[in-house]
Amino acid sequence: MIDYFKEIISGTWSLFVGMAITIRYFFQPVVTVQYPHETLPMPPRFRGHIDLVKDEESGQSKCIVCGMCQKACPSGCITLAGEKPEGGKGKVLTKYILDFTKCSLCGLCVESCKPEAIAFSRDYNLAGLNRNDYVFDLIKRMEERN
Amino acid sequence: MSAFAQSQTNETFVLNLGPQHPATHGVLRVKLVMDGEYVVEAEPVLGYIHRMHEKMGENRTWAQFLPNTGRMDYLHALAFNHGYVTAVERAAGIEVAERAEYIRVITNELNRISSHLLWFGAFVLDLGGFSPLLYAFDDREHILDLLESVTGSRLTYCYYRFGGVYNDIDDGFLAGTTAFIKRLRDRMPMYHNLVTKNIIMMKRLEGIGPVSAEMCRKYGATGPVARGSGIDFDLRKHEPYSVYSEFDFEVPVYTECDSMARYMVRMDEIEQSMRIIEQAVAKLPDGPFMTPKVSKIVKPPKGDYYNAVETARGSFGIRLVSDGTNTPYRLKLRSPTFSNLSLFGEASRGMLLPDALALMGSLDLVIPEIDR
Repeated sequence: MIDYFKEIISGTWSLFVGMAITIRYFFQPVVTVQYPHETLPMPPRFRGHIDLVKDEESGQSKCIVCGMCQKACPSGCITLAGEKPEGGKGKVLTKYILDFTKCSLCGLCVESCKPEAIAFSRDYNLAGLNRNDYVFDLIKRMEERN
Repeated sequence: MSAFAQSQTNETFVLNLGPQHPATHGVLRVKLVMDGEYVVEAEPVLGYIHRMHEKMGENRTWAQFLPNTGRMDYLHALAFNHGYVTAVERAAGIEVAERAEYIRVITNELNRISSHLLWFGAFVLDLGGFSPLLYAFDDREHILDLLESVTGSRLTYCYYRFGGVYNDIDDGFLAGTTAFIKRLRDRMPMYHNLVTKNIIMMKRLEGIGPVSAEMCRKYGATGPVARGSGIDFDLRKHEPYSVYSEFDFEVPVYTECDSMARYMVRMDEIEQSMRIIEQAVAKLPDGPFMTPKVSKIVKPPKGDYYNAVETARGSFGIRLVSDGTNTPYRLKLRSPTFSNLSLFGEASRGMLLPDALALMGSLDLVIPEIDR
């Protein structure tokens, strides 16, 4: 009988203890970010979809068309092609298509790239009405960036 | 069983719980045969999110399977990364850089804390209390930010590589980790005052959902479910992998066998994980984060290999069969929650529906990992 009343008192007290913790939060600063109006900075290692890196000297892509990224990709997102210019040395990139609908952002392609010709972009606000909006032509994107 | 419900109709009915139900945390369907408010029989129906991960492993190279591991258990992705890379490293005889082992332990334990915090919030949410979820997510957010700064992603990590890790950690991460541990240490009493000692919580959990040690052995339950039933088994302690043998930590074991015991095991595990992280940060050696000269093309010699690691939900085992080529011949995954869920049918027999849901919450189910 005594235990019964003891439990009622200690139980009620436990509710007040919890309530006090919650009420204390009314007087503490807000921690949430009002997302579309404010954004947080992305960390430097953020893995977005890939983008081609421009060679500062030539203004062209650093890609040597070795096809390692294509081989490394588990989902087969990358299609690329290149041609050998007449009299030139090595291949030049002519087509680089990323099918982002299949990409799982694992980053194996960036790791496999010896000349560091691809890097992660910082884009995360991706929205589109059509599936084809996510088939990116990376050469076009690289040229548009400047 | 309720005498009242029986004398009225003496009939049972089938109640579908899920596949779209907040308490099942994903697409799990449970067919409940009910007698009034009491569960007569419960049969989990699986397969709604089956993605063929095992088969997928057979048609890609060893390295290409890495992103899949993080997508099975999305709450403790790094442990699944760890299980897979350790299995392949052991099979192919790849040495792991010492610094990388410590980085793996630090990030893995941070991920374990974040998994337990999410479980804590979701479990109390199942029981009808909303606000603890927000407190838990506040702390979890710090872990996600820390892990995002080193791994580049917030949930489905793919950070470990054969022979090391993808990227080195910096002083900012270490300082952030130390600061976070201090913060969480200060907040743990708050969690206990807010939730553990709450009378409603105690009444809902104490003595409810008994899972005996024998039932755990019968169904192969591991992790906090087994430890809440008095089975002292933790792979980190009893079959140490990586550098876990160098740390001083305890395995929390409770013998009450009820939902409260499983709750307490997880809360204590958060504290033990914090201890491991502190020791690992203090002992972190210098050196490369990746063994130099690991061949890009991994080809484990012909054979049959098994490796298991401890995730937040129990032991995760990987059986690899290699035929010496650059793709696995067979990749069998043993996921902990599949076994933990199997005992639900027997354990929930004769329980009230809300109590059965409390029991299901205390099993910490992650559906993509059950279905794989």
